[in-house]
Amino acid sequence: MVAEYDGFEPVIGLEVHAQLQTNSKIFCGCRVQYGAEPNSLTCPVCLGLPGALPVLNKKAVEYAMRMILAIGGSVRNESVFARKNYFYPDLPKGYQISQFDKPVGEGGAIEFTLDDHRKSVGLIRIHLEEDAGKSLHPESGEPYTQVDLNRCGTPLIEIVSHPDIRSPREAYAYLVKLKQTLQYLDVCTGDMEKGHLRCDANVSVRPIGSETFGTRTELKNLNSFKHVEKALEYEINRQINLIKSGGAVEQTTLLWNEKSQTAEMMRSKEESHDYRYFPEPDLVTLQVDNDWIARVRADLPELAEARATRFVSQYGIREYDAAVLTDTRSLADYFESVMSEFDDGQAAANWIGTELLAAVKDAGVEIGDYHVKPNHIADLLKRVKSGQISGKIAKDVFAEMVVSGDAPASIIKKKGLEQISDNSVLEPIIERLLDANPDNVAKYRSGKTNVFGFFVGQVMKETRGQANPTMVNELLKKKLDG
Amino acid sequence: MSDYRTLSAAEIADRTRKGEISAVEITGRALALASTVGSELNAFITLCEGKALKQAEAIDAMSPEQKSRLPLAGVPVALKDNISYTDYPMTCGSHILDGYIPPYDATVVTRLIASGAVIIGKTNMDEFAMGSSNENSYFGPVKNPVDPERAPGGSSGGSAAAVAAGIVPLAFGSETGGSVRQPAAFCGVLGLKPTYGALSRYGLTAFASSTDQISPFARTAEDLVLIYQATAGRDERDSTSVAFDHPNYTADLALSRSLTIGLPKEYRGEGLDPEVAAALDHTRKRLEELGHRCVDISLPLTDKAIPTYYVIASAEASANLARFDGVRYGLRESRDRSLEEMYSDTRASGFGPEVKRRIMLGTYALSAGYYDAYYIKAAQVRELMRREFEESFKHIDLILSPTAPTPAFRLGEKVSDPLAMYLSDVYTAPASLAGVPAISLPLARSTSGLPIGIQFIAKHFDERTLFRIAATLLNNK
Ligand SMILES: [Zn+2]
Repeated sequence: MVAEYDGFEPVIGLEVHAQLQTNSKIFCGCRVQYGAEPNSLTCPVCLGLPGALPVLNKKAVEYAMRMILAIGGSVRNESVFARKNYFYPDLPKGYQISQFDKPVGEGGAIEFTLDDHRKSVGLIRIHLEEDAGKSLHPESGEPYTQVDLNRCGTPLIEIVSHPDIRSPREAYAYLVKLKQTLQYLDVCTGDMEKGHLRCDANVSVRPIGSETFGTRTELKNLNSFKHVEKALEYEINRQINLIKSGGAVEQTTLLWNEKSQTAEMMRSKEESHDYRYFPEPDLVTLQVDNDWIARVRADLPELAEARATRFVSQYGIREYDAAVLTDTRSLADYFESVMSEFDDGQAAANWIGTELLAAVKDAGVEIGDYHVKPNHIADLLKRVKSGQISGKIAKDVFAEMVVSGDAPASIIKKKGLEQISDNSVLEPIIERLLDANPDNVAKYRSGKTNVFGFFVGQVMKETRGQANPTMVNELLKKKLDG
Repeated sequence: MSDYRTLSAAEIADRTRKGEISAVEITGRALALASTVGSELNAFITLCEGKALKQAEAIDAMSPEQKSRLPLAGVPVALKDNISYTDYPMTCGSHILDGYIPPYDATVVTRLIASGAVIIGKTNMDEFAMGSSNENSYFGPVKNPVDPERAPGGSSGGSAAAVAAGIVPLAFGSETGGSVRQPAAFCGVLGLKPTYGALSRYGLTAFASSTDQISPFARTAEDLVLIYQATAGRDERDSTSVAFDHPNYTADLALSRSLTIGLPKEYRGEGLDPEVAAALDHTRKRLEELGHRCVDISLPLTDKAIPTYYVIASAEASANLARFDGVRYGLRESRDRSLEEMYSDTRASGFGPEVKRRIMLGTYALSAGYYDAYYIKAAQVRELMRREFEESFKHIDLILSPTAPTPAFRLGEKVSDPLAMYLSDVYTAPASLAGVPAISLPLARSTSGLPIGIQFIAKHFDERTLFRIAATLLNNK
């Protein structure tokens, strides 16, 4: 990996803003909802009208605490909100309420596996803040800007990593893990398209072996994990080429342009903001006592990696399947729901990992919202295992479940798909088949046993796949050998 | 009812409850005075005639039983024009809020109306409460009712003048560093700065959030108690408001014991008018005659109060006033130019010179490289001042001092010298920084007849002792 960069090593730190999925805003009672009529979800507080005052939403604090504790960070017993001052039309108060020198959370790490290597990226801090509104610039180029303040006051946490990341791929893997963790905790939907997760990157390069950091630049407007990876790749190469040609990197803020696949200068160091942070006098110190911390810790859900390990030992499934099934909390929940009524883990894993996920993907919905429920999958798998239907028939039944949402039992009954395990039905079919194919019978008996498959296929064809394959095998062998 | 101008709020409420007078009639008197005497003094920016008469009619239509539950039944009250009241413009004495009508009521307004008070109008003030003479108003200065050549004090000059002139028996102003006590002293009425957190700030346009406090004016101790009783107490909408023991102050306004009262030597420094000093000595003598013990004390940090106050208040103001940017409401200049031009032209023409001075001062104090030397240092001094008061109140019940170094000065006298103007807050700023309650009482007059205010400062949430000392001294003249 190191060799990719010609003797240089990238040093990357990420700042991720995650929107907390609380029902109401962080400092007022307004609803948080994406896509509502512009400026309909506002009140004097989030509009920053003269005299209106913020009141902290305890739920937002609790969501931040979940994330902090889940990644092994520590929650401060006393944290302080601060005003971050800057002018922008979608920032109604002329300052954003954020946190500065006393953030709600400090420390912790995001751990992940990449190319069989275990990597840990340390976190500097997690702090609470309010979101700003949205400025809408008309594409037709009219000389005005519209402002939608619905998003004002939406609770965010900013998760700031140490510069521990050493490649764009690591950055990508870090973000995937971060998003998965937020989703597992029900803290953030992770939907980047809706802006629920936003990422800025700081990047510098240095000769391998160097202990000091190079001059860094900041990359903004990274709208997907793929963009983060591409923009970092671009900027690392730009910096290295600059240094190799005798130039020096300047501390700047760059905007990633996805169309041109380049980063454009947004502002230089001289133009950088002085945010003039100072403690927010409208809010009191946020006190979090150890009891509260203990309660939140006790309520933390099992995270993906721990759950995957448990799936392997508890249900006896392969590690690969365990990783697939724990990718999201709702998928893992689905699997465990199936397993509460079924006892063959690997069979369930195979089914969910292939048939079910493909169908869910086709439907374009979240698995938790999918209309085929876990108890029906368990029922279907039990019928396969008991031999009532074959695996192949099961696929047909499932296809019908996807269409109609009916229970397997009623589909099997309605379509007459039960497996034929009755000797008195199968024997006449087999006898007729042998009578009709004397050549093949002779071949078999002369030692060419590979024609056995031909007979099995013919029985299945005759029974539209409903014959119990084990019984067909036994009966055929008896007749042919006997 | 020729004596309306001398009626106390307590008397108006009592007679309204008994059905002896009608709220509509009282309201009519107040509105008439506001538009005659009030306009001569330039005390009001907006009169709330329509809603006032509706409120009064509603009170008159109530049953005696319903009226009996209204402590301020039919009492006309004026509001400083930085307090949100729906349906009428709120200007904060500034041009920049041009056309702004608040869509919500401040908590104190809700509580006043629930108590039966009638909101008469919005009073003139120094722009965004920045000033000590009311000369910084976009709507022109207010005249002192005692002497129209003189300043009423500021920043709540309009409310002080309205009460002193008998237009209303009660009014709300707001304090940040002395903006109610000093005009109360200049106009010869009572002014109370409650403990920080005692009255909700919800709906009060912020100047310096950590010291801002809605504060009442009255002409009698009993009336001051009435309005405080009706409006103080925890409010869920203000995170800095405090839940505290809120007894029935009216029930017992007599001092039950002898008090120990401290007179800080630092409060009679250079610049103290000899007649004010004499009034202070006279008050001390009266207190001793009444059996209270007066002791000399020292509050060494007093001379740090003005610089500390101006750093902290200006820093907070620089952020609090950032919202007046021409984007969402109020004045907007250069609407066809760039965003930067719209911002700077709006703020350049919308704010007056004193407001600009404080925004620049505050912005500077918060800037990278200066923050530690100014803001942090000031915050540390403030904490020490708070402790200094706390320590003093272990040994004494009250602090006694002048409210302001001089009686009302002439309009125009200090307007070109901001520093001299700032020094008129020298005795009021310390209590504001410490968050302790303080009261200004009209206890003396100069030889030329100008009112002189005497200040008492108490420990946190000990408004009761302030009310008792006020009643004792004012009712036993
Ligand atoms: Zn809101």
